Amino acid sequence: MYYDTIMSGFGGQGIQTISILVATAAINKGMEVSYLPSYGVEKRGGRTDVFMVLSDEEIGSPITNHPLSVIALDTIALDTYQDQLAPGGLLIYNSSLIPGELIVRDDINVIALKCNEEAVAAGNPKLANMIALGAFMERIDFLSYDEIEEAMGEVIPERLKKHIPGNLKAILRGMELARETVQV
Amino acid sequence: MSERKLTKGNIALAEGALQAGCRYYFGYPITPQNDIPEYLSRELPKRSGVFIPAESEIASINMVMGAAASGKRAMTSSSGPGISLMQEALSYMAGSDIPCVVVNIMRSGPGLGGIAPTQGDYMQAVHGGGHGDYRNIVLAPASVQEMFDLTIRAFELADKYRNPAMVIADAMMGQIQEPCRLSPERPVVVPEKPWALTGRRGRKPQLLKSLYLGPGEQEEHNLLMKRKYDTIQQNEVMFETKDLDDAEIMIIAFGTPARIAKTAIGEARKQGIRAGLLRPITLFPFPGDEVARFSGKIKNILVVEMNTGQMLMDVKIAAHRDAAVSFLGRPGGGIPYPDEIVREIKKALKGVTAA
Repeated sequence: MYYDTIMSGFGGQGIQTISILVATAAINKGMEVSYLPSYGVEKRGGRTDVFMVLSDEEIGSPITNHPLSVIALDTIALDTYQDQLAPGGLLIYNSSLIPGELIVRDDINVIALKCNEEAVAAGNPKLANMIALGAFMERIDFLSYDEIEEAMGEVIPERLKKHIPGNLKAILRGMELARETVQV
Repeated sequence: MSERKLTKGNIALAEGALQAGCRYYFGYPITPQNDIPEYLSRELPKRSGVFIPAESEIASINMVMGAAASGKRAMTSSSGPGISLMQEALSYMAGSDIPCVVVNIMRSGPGLGGIAPTQGDYMQAVHGGGHGDYRNIVLAPASVQEMFDLTIRAFELADKYRNPAMVIADAMMGQIQEPCRLSPERPVVVPEKPWALTGRRGRKPQLLKSLYLGPGEQEEHNLLMKRKYDTIQQNEVMFETKDLDDAEIMIIAFGTPARIAKTAIGEARKQGIRAGLLRPITLFPFPGDEVARFSGKIKNILVVEMNTGQMLMDVKIAAHRDAAVSFLGRPGGGIPYPDEIVREIKKALKGVTAA
């Protein structure tokens, strides 16, 4: 089993949080993981990208230029990584911020999510990342919702634990939205 | 074996230092290694250690010299510009047989450069840096687990040979997170240090120095050091190989490019090209004998580095005329993707990229 993904957005959107959840759940399962975040601009509004490789064997390259999936939470993320996505790959994009006409690839699977509006509807605008994570979870077969729920308990610091139920609800909503999107 | 935990490379290195018994850290901030002092500033006081944020890198390394001269395991870490400032003291420590560990999480240069990953400091670490006829022991991790394990190894080798040891890793190895076992593979060895300056009560005075003015003294000292370096070369070479048995081309790379090369080798083999890898883990001592041995059998070598060709020189010397040596270099923050390496493998086999 081999899977690679690039998750990208701007600082504060929660890219690092959802990718750490996936990485932690995968490690708990005994998988190999390499998780490479951007660094040096750790602030709200700076670029944030994560390269993640998951495998049941030793991981060679921690970087990829033809990922199996891309999660793009803003337009710059889409501009940067749309071309790189592997043919037949999965693009999950935040249609609250990214106009649909920017999607030019016709050889990929696309899930458009109004992450920002869905997050507000779920009770907290900060949940946009969890909506995207939910859609991702729906389309991958190597991690289950229960495993992400378990990882959440480990990753989320004590002072924020009260937000876990809201986060889980948002993930479930993302999964539901992905199910409603026709898979090509 | 303890549980494997998602750990950042810099943190694994810092925890490795603690578990190696390092209780003295002196440093000055610079990206991309700031996680190391940040972690140690929290952890050292809990473990009865000393953390001093020094006023400069020059101060840091000289504090390391003082702590190490008293027989303690001491460390500093920095990146290119800071490491350059430390070279004078590194030379003094080499000359005075004082063991220490210096970590360079390499950023692009020269000058202030940028914070992106690079391997531009190979020459500085392996072939000089400071003045005089000396060598650093140099270790090059290629995973978060090795950031932990090789830091412990660096302390052991430094003490065993009374010599400065460097861990050099590109910024990607510092920032990447991977599952890591945060306990030593085997019990950590800390030798007796009868040479240490601990106060002369009850024994004869002793001196650690690098000044030799008497007739023939300096040459004698240099030859003794040379004997030490020869012993290190003979006993301490570490390397990893992959798929070399039937290889028609051997990639030689250290650190992150070696990781990327592994993926490229898988791709090449799917296309029917028999590629393999030799990854030096110790850069001094360099696995020159191994390069020579494989060069006799595998007639094509592709060196991949994140610089313009530094380890390349050592490979060429070791391969002599036995193999055609090609080179793929991405300096200044550029990173070679696996498909780029596969393309270079094909070119190398056609003989169009001889370095």
